[in-house]
Amino acid sequence: MRSGAGAVARLVVERDLRLAFRKPSQLLQPLLFFMIVATLFPLTLTPELSRLRDAAPGVLWIGALLSSLLALEFLFRDDAQDGTLEQFALSGQSLTWMLFAKTCTHWLLSGLPLALTAPIAALALGVPADAIWSMVASLALGGFALSLLGAISAGLTLGARRGGVLLSLLTLPLSVPVLVFGADATQRAIAGAAIAPPMYMLGAIAVLGVTLAPLAAAAAVRIGLE
Amino acid sequence: MLTVSGLHLWRGDRHVLRGVSFSAGPGQCVLLTGKNGAGKTTLLRAIAGLLDPEEGQVSWRDAPARRTRDAFHAELAYLGHEPPLKGDLSARENLKFSIGIRRAVTREEIDGALRRTGAEPFADRSVRMLSAGQRRRVALAGVLLSGAVLWLLDEPTTNLDADGQQLVATLIDEQIGRGGIVVAAVHHALPLASGNFVDLVLGEA
Repeated sequence: MRSGAGAVARLVVERDLRLAFRKPSQLLQPLLFFMIVATLFPLTLTPELSRLRDAAPGVLWIGALLSSLLALEFLFRDDAQDGTLEQFALSGQSLTWMLFAKTCTHWLLSGLPLALTAPIAALALGVPADAIWSMVASLALGGFALSLLGAISAGLTLGARRGGVLLSLLTLPLSVPVLVFGADATQRAIAGAAIAPPMYMLGAIAVLGVTLAPLAAAAAVRIGLE
Repeated sequence: MLTVSGLHLWRGDRHVLRGVSFSAGPGQCVLLTGKNGAGKTTLLRAIAGLLDPEEGQVSWRDAPARRTRDAFHAELAYLGHEPPLKGDLSARENLKFSIGIRRAVTREEIDGALRRTGAEPFADRSVRMLSAGQRRRVALAGVLLSGAVLWLLDEPTTNLDADGQQLVATLIDEQIGRGGIVVAAVHHALPLASGNFVDLVLGEA
């Protein structure tokens, strides 16, 4: 009996979670990178919290974006190298759906942990305590959108030898809107204003990503497997 | 019924497949032979739909395989040069996931297939620790478990000992005995028991 879509998604998620926990260094690397970038700013910029607070949204979001680029490299690369991605493509199941499941797992393992560790970095940057949760929410939502957009470029650069640089070059322009609205949401949270408008925009980008990115990623992966 | 008609394929500026045509019905085995670089792997990948031929067509059950891709793939098992296994997972886990995404599979079925290919003694070791031949046995268990009608095997006996080569031959015999179809690229003659196979020599255009 052919496996249903639910079973397929569950297996893909379970597989990727299990693999990630057997190789925790891949998980920790982008997180550590983010923490280091964010905590170096107070050392180099100024120890004055009021001035750091102004720079905080930019620092946090640039750190998050660069760290998500680091994590993106692992999205499809290992599976492509050992041939398991090819077996996904030949399984007779929807590759789009499987890559969507993979991308969601990737967010669970990179975007979400980053949003959850961000408060430590935020406190070092003088972000007031009552703005922390709004900031976590914006990073989590923005991170989801970044994972989805990144899946397209990760698929496109599969065929390239040293695809790392190309991956960044392709992803960065796509992620500028996320960066703009995400930083705006954090800025508003720090100022005590309503964060709903930029959050809606981030949500819209994420929805667009959910509908289009897995399709584009699947098409890109099929080309990349040639 | 698998029909390949007039397949032309270029890799870069090299014309690798020059009008390859053949067909294979239920219970038939096609053995692809030819020198290194004659295009055996290319042909297998083109049949699987991993490569797009410039000209010609692959048909499965009288329909272009390209158009009915998912249905075609559900009936196909492809085993390439490298066994498609995750190094950090055990053989059992690998099969649970790779077969599970195709069809519902029980632990007993996985155990049975691993026993059949002689991979049971090391089924719980992480694949990274296995030798190339042991990995191939695990991958063969996967082909067996897939329940696919069409097997595309790229040098299935690579890295296997004499015992393993006999195993591959027996598995192929059983598959065509069930009415399946096997297309295999081979370097050495396989000790096949049934006479129902055709040789297709590539690279002679």
